[in-house]
Amino acid sequence: MKETVKVTINDKEVEVPREYTILNAAVEAGIKIPTLCHLDLHDLKMVNRTASCRVCMVEVEQRPNLAPACATPVNDGMVIRTDSLRAIRARRMAVELLLSNHPTDCLICQRNLRCELQALAKELNVREIKYTGKRNKYHLDTSSQAVIKNQDKCILCRRCETACNEIQTCGILSALNRGFDTIVGPAFNLPMAETSCTYCGQCVAVCPTAALTEVFHTHKVWEELHKPDKYVVVQVAPAIRVALGELFGMEPGTIVTGKLAAALRRMGFDQVYDTEFGADVTIMEEAKELIHRLENGGRLPMLTSCCPAWVSFIEHQFPDMVDVPSTCKSPHIMFGTIAKTYLAEKMGIDPKKMVVVSVMPCVTKKAEAARTELSIDDNDNVDIVITTRELGDMLKEAGIDFDKLPDEDFDHPLGESTGAATIFGTTGGVIEAAMRTAYEWITGETLEKVDFKQLRGMKGIREATVDLKGQEIKIGIAHGLGNARQMLEDIRNGKSEFHAIEIMACPGGCIGGGGQPYHYGNDEIVKKRQEAIYKEDERKSIRKSHENPEVIKLYEEYLGEPYYGERAHNLLHTKFEAKERI
Amino acid sequence: MPEELRVKGKNNNEKPIPKEHYEELERYIDSLPSLEGRLIQVLHRAQDIFGYLPRDVQLFIARRLGLAGAKVNGVVTFYTYFTEEPRGEYVINICTGTACFVKGGNKLLEEFENKLKVSVGDTTEDRKFTLKDVRCVGACGLAPLVVINDKVYGRVKPEEVEGILSEYRQEVLQ
Repeated sequence: MKETVKVTINDKEVEVPREYTILNAAVEAGIKIPTLCHLDLHDLKMVNRTASCRVCMVEVEQRPNLAPACATPVNDGMVIRTDSLRAIRARRMAVELLLSNHPTDCLICQRNLRCELQALAKELNVREIKYTGKRNKYHLDTSSQAVIKNQDKCILCRRCETACNEIQTCGILSALNRGFDTIVGPAFNLPMAETSCTYCGQCVAVCPTAALTEVFHTHKVWEELHKPDKYVVVQVAPAIRVALGELFGMEPGTIVTGKLAAALRRMGFDQVYDTEFGADVTIMEEAKELIHRLENGGRLPMLTSCCPAWVSFIEHQFPDMVDVPSTCKSPHIMFGTIAKTYLAEKMGIDPKKMVVVSVMPCVTKKAEAARTELSIDDNDNVDIVITTRELGDMLKEAGIDFDKLPDEDFDHPLGESTGAATIFGTTGGVIEAAMRTAYEWITGETLEKVDFKQLRGMKGIREATVDLKGQEIKIGIAHGLGNARQMLEDIRNGKSEFHAIEIMACPGGCIGGGGQPYHYGNDEIVKKRQEAIYKEDERKSIRKSHENPEVIKLYEEYLGEPYYGERAHNLLHTKFEAKERI
Repeated sequence: MPEELRVKGKNNNEKPIPKEHYEELERYIDSLPSLEGRLIQVLHRAQDIFGYLPRDVQLFIARRLGLAGAKVNGVVTFYTYFTEEPRGEYVINICTGTACFVKGGNKLLEEFENKLKVSVGDTTEDRKFTLKDVRCVGACGLAPLVVINDKVYGRVKPEEVEGILSEYRQEVLQ
């Protein structure tokens, strides 16, 4: 039995487990204590408990000083007051002090109305900038293709540091210097572009202010859309359709696929396509590559390569293992390649005049699209990447009433997709999709039950065996780069006996991506997106990638045999290289 | 890359680091029974060996201890004892704690700055002297106080500064 203690908060007695903090106990008692630096993502086992912001100060009887509720453990008989004048004033003063060294350009800030500091200032009734004094002024770090670091807006909560070090184990961000000179940055305060950052964007996802954001490209998209000689096609990742609704006040997990297609058309895109088509093509290539490796004694396990943050992670952190991942390009890059070759040819459009825009739940895809090897004759496979959040901003800017839009379909021929492609958006999805196809290709039989439930879930590292009529395929799944690191170390030490491994850098997979609507510490939202993904999969009439009629046609008309065909191989595969680690 | 982003760029005074220094540090790290929780200890030793903790040495330590470079740099920049800049042969610490300040510690500091032609925190071009200020060394009875390497000078008057410095300058000539 769990040991419990009794505490009294604002005259209300509650019995709570001994290991609780005052904050946990207050939640149990239905009493709200404001927090800022604190972040507890239960599913990811990420807790940021630096107690650095002092916004959760409460009075504890028989203690002379106020205590930070987020980091003070309860004990039996503790008497706590959160509503005394002293506590209320102390909490407000903590915010006033933060504001004394924080820019007050809220009106034009990227996080306007989405900023946790701003929300707190309102909640605690801050009405004046009480303290004026020395302010820090740093240079904006715009060195990378994906993440902007604005130290002036940092409140030193260190959530980013926790995400970067404990969840992702990348170790890029750390607190540097001390006292008033403290900053959070890479070693030697190097520009982000000179570090081994994977740009997974989890720091952006947890930052309460605009200290860390994506690189914004909305203006670029508008410009291209209004150039008369450009043919602008857009593709949307699977994870967008289960998250975008949140930006328009819908319940997390609302599926908005139809409205999404309609909205993009209203924005003026010439063709509105689906990255899921690219995902189906990815499965054609990846499943074939896996079979090739299995049959020819190739490098095993084979790792998925859909996630560019994960690819960058292996290049920097495990340079001796860059031959392990599948050589497949990621789905949106495959899509871009097909659009600028097959589609352009079919429609008689000069590929140089075609602009491919990807809407991604992801920050690092911005950096991926800029990789020079992902281009044909200096023409990038994908030209511009925007996040789910940026798309939401653009729709609002364009005055599109998202709620009232009708459900529309994607354009064809690159708009058809299967349920297998939909589940690319969640951890476990890519490998399940690959198994649906590999099963039929290896056994030559029809797979009746397409759900591989043993591959699903939210556990950070999962293992399962898929029985392909006598041939057992051992599958590993990891999401979050810390879990990926563990998998890779097991492979390196010969401890891992998997045939295939799926890795996604973001916790939960793309549904929890760094470019998704902010979850503000509520990880239930990510779970709801996952449920929605599987619901969408079930709704699809075709649920195996190799049965997508438009994909079949693409291979027949253009690519040849999956993986082996000359065009398939040249266009859809890439290579990875070892990189320096800082 | 915008140059101004590099808050702490490579120092002009920096000279190539001898290979033997790395070997000595390597031997020290190898002699440790475990590497867990040893960062500060290793940094101390490294600063003894190299005289300061340049970027490459910090990254070397990070690799050897299996830590992120940013973490190592975070610790180095947190503690004032550690320095990323090469220090002079003699480190002059002028106390500017309360007692020394009242007794004219700041005037003493100014005098040292003028005589050495460097600002506090900097090192002379010949890498002979580094001028620093400290907040109280716990010998207030001797205020104002100057500590040069391990030698303590008490009740120092500004007019004595030149004489003190010449002791160390003399040493070179001898």
